[in-house]
Amino acid sequence: MSARTRSAKPPAAPPLSKRPVPVIFERGAPGRIGYSLPPSDVPEVPLDEIIPAAHRRARPAALPEVSELDVVRHYTALGRRNYSIDEGFYPLGSCTMKYNPKINEDVARQAGFARLHPYQPEELVQGALQLLWELEHDLTEISGMDRVTFQPAAGAHGELTALLMISKYFEDRGEHRTTVVVPDSAHGTNPASAAIAGFEVVEVKSDRRGNIDLEALKTVLTPQVAVLMLTNPNTLGLFEEQILEVARAVHNVGAQLYLDGANFNAILGVTRPGDQGFDVMHFNLHKTFTTPHGGGGPGAGAVGVRSHLVPYLPVPTIERDGQRFTFDYARPKSIGKIRAFYGNFGNLVRAYTYIRSMGPDGLRQAAETAVLNANYVLSRLRDHYDLPYDRVCKHEFVLSGRRQRDAHHVTTKDIAKRLLDYGFHSPTIYFPLIVEEAIMIEPTETESIQTLDQFIDAMIAIAGEAETNPDLVRGAPYETPVTRLDDVAAARKPILRWRP
Amino acid sequence: MLRSIGVRAIDDLFNDIPQELRLRGPLDLPPAMPDPDLLAHARRLAGRNADCDRLISFLGAGAYDHFVPSTVAHLALKPEFLTAYTPYQAEIMQGELQAIFEYQTLMCELTGMDVANASMYDGASALGEAARMAADLTKRTRIVVSAAVHPEYRQVLRTFTSHLRVTVDDLPATGGITDPAAARTAMTDETAALIIQSPNFFGCLEDGEALAKAAHDRGALLVVAVADPISLGLIRAPGEYDADIVTGEGQALGNALNFGGPYLGMIATREAFVRRLPGRLVGRTVDTEGRPGYVLTLQTREQHIRRARATSNICTNESLNALVAAVYLSTLGRQGIQHVAELNARKAHYARQRIASLRGYRVAFEAPTFNEFVVHCPVSPEEINRRLLEHQVLGGLPLGRFYPDLADGWLVCVTESRTREEIDQLVGYLEALQ
Repeated sequence: MSARTRSAKPPAAPPLSKRPVPVIFERGAPGRIGYSLPPSDVPEVPLDEIIPAAHRRARPAALPEVSELDVVRHYTALGRRNYSIDEGFYPLGSCTMKYNPKINEDVARQAGFARLHPYQPEELVQGALQLLWELEHDLTEISGMDRVTFQPAAGAHGELTALLMISKYFEDRGEHRTTVVVPDSAHGTNPASAAIAGFEVVEVKSDRRGNIDLEALKTVLTPQVAVLMLTNPNTLGLFEEQILEVARAVHNVGAQLYLDGANFNAILGVTRPGDQGFDVMHFNLHKTFTTPHGGGGPGAGAVGVRSHLVPYLPVPTIERDGQRFTFDYARPKSIGKIRAFYGNFGNLVRAYTYIRSMGPDGLRQAAETAVLNANYVLSRLRDHYDLPYDRVCKHEFVLSGRRQRDAHHVTTKDIAKRLLDYGFHSPTIYFPLIVEEAIMIEPTETESIQTLDQFIDAMIAIAGEAETNPDLVRGAPYETPVTRLDDVAAARKPILRWRP
Repeated sequence: MLRSIGVRAIDDLFNDIPQELRLRGPLDLPPAMPDPDLLAHARRLAGRNADCDRLISFLGAGAYDHFVPSTVAHLALKPEFLTAYTPYQAEIMQGELQAIFEYQTLMCELTGMDVANASMYDGASALGEAARMAADLTKRTRIVVSAAVHPEYRQVLRTFTSHLRVTVDDLPATGGITDPAAARTAMTDETAALIIQSPNFFGCLEDGEALAKAAHDRGALLVVAVADPISLGLIRAPGEYDADIVTGEGQALGNALNFGGPYLGMIATREAFVRRLPGRLVGRTVDTEGRPGYVLTLQTREQHIRRARATSNICTNESLNALVAAVYLSTLGRQGIQHVAELNARKAHYARQRIASLRGYRVAFEAPTFNEFVVHCPVSPEEINRRLLEHQVLGGLPLGRFYPDLADGWLVCVTESRTREEIDQLVGYLEALQ
């Protein structure tokens, strides 16, 4: 073989992550299998005697026909085309993308937790019930609530659960209250949950400091109001400075005060919602308490209540009777069940592990560091982007890309996409709705100053690019597996499944 | 960092919190545990449970002990998927988005429906959402639900509709199944949906075709819940008998028992109803260079855009569990899903015949069953279960808890994980117990 042939280069190929991955249905070949199951070991009976032909499917489901290695290659290729907290920084505001400790996984995946059937008799699941009982106690202490249910599968599910409890509470008191009040900075789930729970939704504006406007609030607080749903710190990352006045105003009309706990990470061990006057709240255990987000769930949305709402908790609750832990279904005022079984137990084990691993000082330190990190990033970015609410922030803050848009026709979306080229996930954008071109940044406590500085440098560099080379930013991203995708075509003629 | 911020101490960053609201001391929680201690502590707690590795389980009733191929843990639980957020930035989340797109396709194939969403919380809440969707689509206010639907699903259905001016009526089962004639009588012009489960809570297969016709003749929708979707490897898909909405519990598809969660809510429907579907949908499109790619789509149905007018309030769902199901179904494939379903049916049939031949035991319902069946027992099922536990056998579900008139009813589940030897042992123990 001559030196010349040896030095010939292979044809230029895109890097692995940029190569489109065929769908799994395009892999494999007819008849190929990737599973290993034993033959039947019971006496052979004609299938018709077991399940008559009329009950059997006419056409087999067209699942892939692939080997185990085909499956492995496929999902390995897909994994390479994903971004995760294990790969890099995720400054996604309101989502609290902190590191998920590996010990959580080891604990939760033990057979003694992962291989429990929900209908096993209580005496066979005492360890699981004890864990839930302790976790409930921990969360009541952390929040200042009196009891906690673990049944909601996610935050929005928790909101619905709480609103149904509040409905029932007022019904019991013979009060007909029809309205839920939310600030204009609220998460979309708040009004959606309220509507689905059968309430009218009234929105209140925020004031110039980013708090809920107390005067505006008072004008909508009528005897028809059942509840004010508030996020605190709010979605601007700001603590509601007048929270005591807000609570008083709400309680003065006999309404309830609800905390959307999405931003609880900022105040762990610093202040408690129960002490602030909240009657009920949900926790996002998949945010604050490090259960991994799984690409969009599973979450775990525990709901905590003060004593007057305890009778309405979904069934079952977990009770302790000496050394024995039991389920209690005999709760006549309960709203009933909001899902089958008891909740996203696997995630509850992870949250429990996190709390035990941190202890009281560790939790407080997490909140302090989260707030420190956010204020540090804010202090270094404030000159480069607009800052509509200029206050000390809590765990997150909101910039505006207005300047870049007006001066250079570079939108917040463009900036977010350009960040991907720098190797970072983008912040939450266009939320909260009250900030134009919003860029909502939540660094969390688990990131080092080196990572924060790299992110800050990238944001500053992009602000510079917006000035000097706006087309570059507008065309971003370039380094990602795919470039910008056609959302409009996707929605106009939806292709929601693969067809050969 | 403090200097850059312009404050002297971290405490200064909390001055916006009224002084009287700030905790003075530490929370009253156990002190931090170093990892080795924590692992030992967790092992002790886990050791106080008897798990299904240690027990021989004949318990189903909505949560199933199926064999899980090794691909599931090694692929679906990779950190690239496990520690990712919702795929809001599509350009760097093509792996997740494509996996969900494939999951949607797998769900369509399995159920025989046109479209499926990215997942719901669990089987019960998915059914609650389907009822709301049916009421929306038909502008009607009554739901008829078969009493052979999982009792906890029916409780959730009531909770989900309690405040919506939608009434839910239970339709008693006849001989363990839903009688189409009785369903016709129970429905009125105000009925939005007839809800059945098949295989139903008693394990029996429903006459989907007749029930679909009964519903459609009244202008109502047929909603079919599936508690063990592995059954669809063998049993007629709801799409084949003209169901309008199919919901399901996808735990059986590779997800751990996990003491009841996290599980996987499935929902699928007709093309025409797609804009009323709750939850996330992934669609296929192209990038600026014409390469195929995937995005979250039809988002104007969802809470973050439509707020109070969204089709549902759902946001975080069960993506990872959906991914588990996708890896599971891909690994089993076209043949494997049929194979595993047939194993379930054959083994359960064998167990059913053997137990029915025992003195004092009687099959409760004659209808064909998949991997669960009900027997009437000569001794209370609770007592049977207590005795079986002495042999490390986890018996079936005593039905009295949900059906007082079936207090001697025992719901036995036999999956492919049970060997003939284990079934024979169970029969032997039952015999000895008389």
